[in-house]
Amino acid sequence: MLQITCPYCGCRDETEYSFGGESHVSRPAPDAGDAEWSDYLFNRSNPRGIHYERWQHRFGCGRWFNIARDTVSHEIYATYEMGDARPDLPGKADN
Amino acid sequence: MAKRQKNRLAEGGCIDRSKPLAFEFNGRKLQGFAGDTIASALLANGISTVSRSFKYHRPRGVFSAGVEESGGLLTVTSGNGDIPIVRSTLTALAEGKIIRSQNCFPSVNFDLGRSLDFSHRLWSTGFYNKTFKWPHWRWYEATIRRLAGLGKLASGEDNTGYFHHNLHCDVLIVGAGPAGLAAALSAANSGARVVLAEQEHEVGGSLLRQAAEIDGLEPDPWIAATLATLRQSGNVTVMTSSTVCGYYDHNVLTIADRSDAGVKRFWKVRTKQVVLATGAIEQPLVFCNNDRPGIMLAASAMAYVHRYGVRPCASMLVATNNDSAYAAAFSLHDHGVQIPAIVDVRENIAPALVQQADQRGIPIMPGSVIIDTAGFRRLSKARIGRLSKDAQTVLPASRWIRCSGIAMSGGFNPTLHLYSQAGGKLHYNVQLACFLTATCAQQVLVAGAANGRFLLPDALAESVQAGAQAAGNAGFECRPVAISTSVAGSYALQANRISPAGDTHRQWVDWLHDVTVADIEQAAQENFVSVEHMKRYTSAGMSVDQGKTSNLNALTLLAGLTDKPIEEVGTTTFRPQFMPLPMGVIAGQRRADFYQPARLLPAHDWHLAKDAVFEDYGAWRRPEYYAGNGKDRAEAIRAEVLSVRRNAGLFDGSPLGKIEVKGPDAGDFLNRIYVNNIQTLKTGHIRYGLMLNENGIIIDDGVCARLEDELYLLSTTAANADRIGGWLEEWHQCEWPHLELLISPVTSQWAVITIAGPDSRYILQSIDSDIDFSAESLPHMSLSTGVFAGVDARVQRVSFSGEMSFEISVAAKHGQTVIEHLLASSAHLKPVGIEAILVLRTEKGYLHVGADTDGTSNALDVGFAGIVAKKQTDFVGKRSLLRARDQSAERRQLVGIEAVDKHENLQAGAHFVTTDGAAQRSEGMVTSACYSPTLQRIIGLGMLEKGFARKGETVTVFDAGRTFSARITDPVFYDPAGERLHA
Repeated sequence: MLQITCPYCGCRDETEYSFGGESHVSRPAPDAGDAEWSDYLFNRSNPRGIHYERWQHRFGCGRWFNIARDTVSHEIYATYEMGDARPDLPGKADN
Repeated sequence: MAKRQKNRLAEGGCIDRSKPLAFEFNGRKLQGFAGDTIASALLANGISTVSRSFKYHRPRGVFSAGVEESGGLLTVTSGNGDIPIVRSTLTALAEGKIIRSQNCFPSVNFDLGRSLDFSHRLWSTGFYNKTFKWPHWRWYEATIRRLAGLGKLASGEDNTGYFHHNLHCDVLIVGAGPAGLAAALSAANSGARVVLAEQEHEVGGSLLRQAAEIDGLEPDPWIAATLATLRQSGNVTVMTSSTVCGYYDHNVLTIADRSDAGVKRFWKVRTKQVVLATGAIEQPLVFCNNDRPGIMLAASAMAYVHRYGVRPCASMLVATNNDSAYAAAFSLHDHGVQIPAIVDVRENIAPALVQQADQRGIPIMPGSVIIDTAGFRRLSKARIGRLSKDAQTVLPASRWIRCSGIAMSGGFNPTLHLYSQAGGKLHYNVQLACFLTATCAQQVLVAGAANGRFLLPDALAESVQAGAQAAGNAGFECRPVAISTSVAGSYALQANRISPAGDTHRQWVDWLHDVTVADIEQAAQENFVSVEHMKRYTSAGMSVDQGKTSNLNALTLLAGLTDKPIEEVGTTTFRPQFMPLPMGVIAGQRRADFYQPARLLPAHDWHLAKDAVFEDYGAWRRPEYYAGNGKDRAEAIRAEVLSVRRNAGLFDGSPLGKIEVKGPDAGDFLNRIYVNNIQTLKTGHIRYGLMLNENGIIIDDGVCARLEDELYLLSTTAANADRIGGWLEEWHQCEWPHLELLISPVTSQWAVITIAGPDSRYILQSIDSDIDFSAESLPHMSLSTGVFAGVDARVQRVSFSGEMSFEISVAAKHGQTVIEHLLASSAHLKPVGIEAILVLRTEKGYLHVGADTDGTSNALDVGFAGIVAKKQTDFVGKRSLLRARDQSAERRQLVGIEAVDKHENLQAGAHFVTTDGAAQRSEGMVTSACYSPTLQRIIGLGMLEKGFARKGETVTVFDAGRTFSARITDPVFYDPAGERLHA
């Protein structure tokens, strides 16, 4: 069970959070073509290594935020606020 | 009267001979002592056959003295029913225990199921996949299910107390053998908070079975002194009868704690560091008929002598491929067990061992293996053959040796199940012929025999360092203790465990699932050569054992059969649980009423007093109908429906989801969420709306009221309230954080009382209130606030029944008083339950999201094309509705339906089927159906291909094997002009 540091509340157990899938997926404009729209709806990066994803502190402060998590080791390298850019993670190259 | 314990030694062991314990085994009254396990007490009484095997029903005896037990899995009767598959080797004997063999009929000594063994060649691996498929598996299933399984589950109420606890520590040490104790001393000395968990009922592990000197003390006093030191340190918790069963992400481990009688505790431990001092499991040797009662692991045989003061058998042949079994042989001999010979696969044996054997007069047979055994019910003799120089074949000459037991050692394999569960990788060590740790991302150290240090001095030296290092990693100063030991030892394993001679159908690899060498050969022959495939095809390592004694031999065999080194064959992944757990342990207190706590209506007590029949709808416990309204369920629902149509009904709608959205951008935000246009909604007015997901699929519907210029109140379906609250938050925070608004779920703060029916206005007007209920002031889809029956109230004129209807919202605490006040004011007002409401809405053709729609229904399918087309701005799901597939006229669309023969029983779930063409095909489903008391016939709603264009058409309905005709209609059966709604 992951231990996640909420940027607003601090370190808590995974049971307080809910997972919201990959982050930094931009929503196309309403006039997007079918290919672009279906890519947004259905395709995600699913990497082996660092995954940037969003979580909500559902049973805490209720805020959404981002996490950089290693999908192999489950190590969490960083948590950062919604709207922030992906952090630089030197030395944490993709596996 | 209890019999004498014929195999009990006069002295020695960690048992208390002054505390006899009476118990019963298969009806026989027997006696053991305090400190015994069930297995040791059975052996003390000379019981050799304790159970029957899983598949062939072969007699089996106690095989080990620990968690790896395969034979002594027994059923123990408690006040709480029978508990099957109890590991007799780990379970302390208690006064009055009633123990039974399992998997046998009529008795363990004469089992009819043994016929399966005599015909074993018919039942090889995969036999049921291949044999029982013609004409159909169903023909055989009942018989096979009766034969399968280990033991029988108790039925009836389980009164065991199951509790879940949390524990936090710096260092969790798994296993309290010498390594675990040494690690605990160092970790505690370094100042860390330590938890030391031991699965047996006492600490000591392998020290309990061997002679040694540690810090100048014998094992027992050293263990006692160590425990005292740990207790004194004040920061160590020692848990016994506590098996660490699971190792999860970020160092969470679970412990099944059996230390309290009648109570089972399940601990969730979050620890900074883990030290696995889980020891190693002795591996069996594979030879013909190696499963007879009396054949056991050598270290276990030694444990029975040392720890329990029990001679396992009168004479035991010792078979080994390493030095460790010599200690067992000498120890057994010194306690009066006759050792006819030591059969050793190795040619060269250490002179010191040879000398000690000579002193005792024990002959050693080097370069030899057991080829076969004989005996009926119990072992009587073993056949020994000499290996060729390359150890690949057995020379022709062989001899039988009489013995009543065999103590065998195939060397040790570290217990790394938890390491594997933690995501750790294992690698095969050729020299030790076992798997050792490679890498793991978690904060875990492995020490002692679990790390391949099979000799006591090495294990202790490593563990004191590991304990200190774990504390150091957790932020403490490393302060390892010093432990001295004078024991010398040697291991010198030669990696031969599998006898190269004999019938492979009778060479057991997995005792628990009756998997033999022949089964592995067959798997390889049929190309199940991946280790994961072989495991699943043969089921080796899949039972209660979880590979503890079977994995290594199965992998070795597979490697030989596929001409690969073992390290290339790899190993299977271990998963929780390390040991089988009763489901109750995992469930804890989350069962019965605590499984999902019921949410009660604010006026629950009032409904109860009114004879409401309750049903759970999602988390809410709601009145389904009121028993006083009719002589049975159907009649009561009918009466409730008619009272709404003719007079008025009172419905408690409090669970209705309620979410307030407030702020300058609230309208803009909701306009992006709803399919419907919210921007044109005026203050004091209400609009019905649909919500879609980005794929255009309907996820919820409900009304949206504009209470103030910058305050909206959304209603959601009761079951979706939490989900939609979360949905709004996600869109606001993640997609449009620049919009200024706040979202507050307020469902439980309000009681919502709906008064619906032609008399509803008249009833409300008779109550003391400053709200004007007239049609001019409060038309359909508008709202008003004021004081009603003495309390602040909001009245929304909305309807889910098709009648004139008022939703009165008051603070939850006033719900009951307002209901009582209303009911007292009119004799025509009847309480109505949720089933009547569902009939009313079906008559009116109102959508029930999740019943009439599913995960394929988009907004266009339910007649929203006009609204979608008119809305200029973007909303969630809009782009998806533009896809050709979403706009296709071929889609399933919402229709009304009525049976041509009005007595026909139309049911939700029935299919519309095509009648043309060769194969019948479903064109959709009936999604709601009921008897309409208003229309006096059965009506329904459904989703039908091209449904909008097929009104008036007669279609064929298929239901439970029958077909009948039905007519497609408009979904609105009642008051299509809306005159009653707007009255």
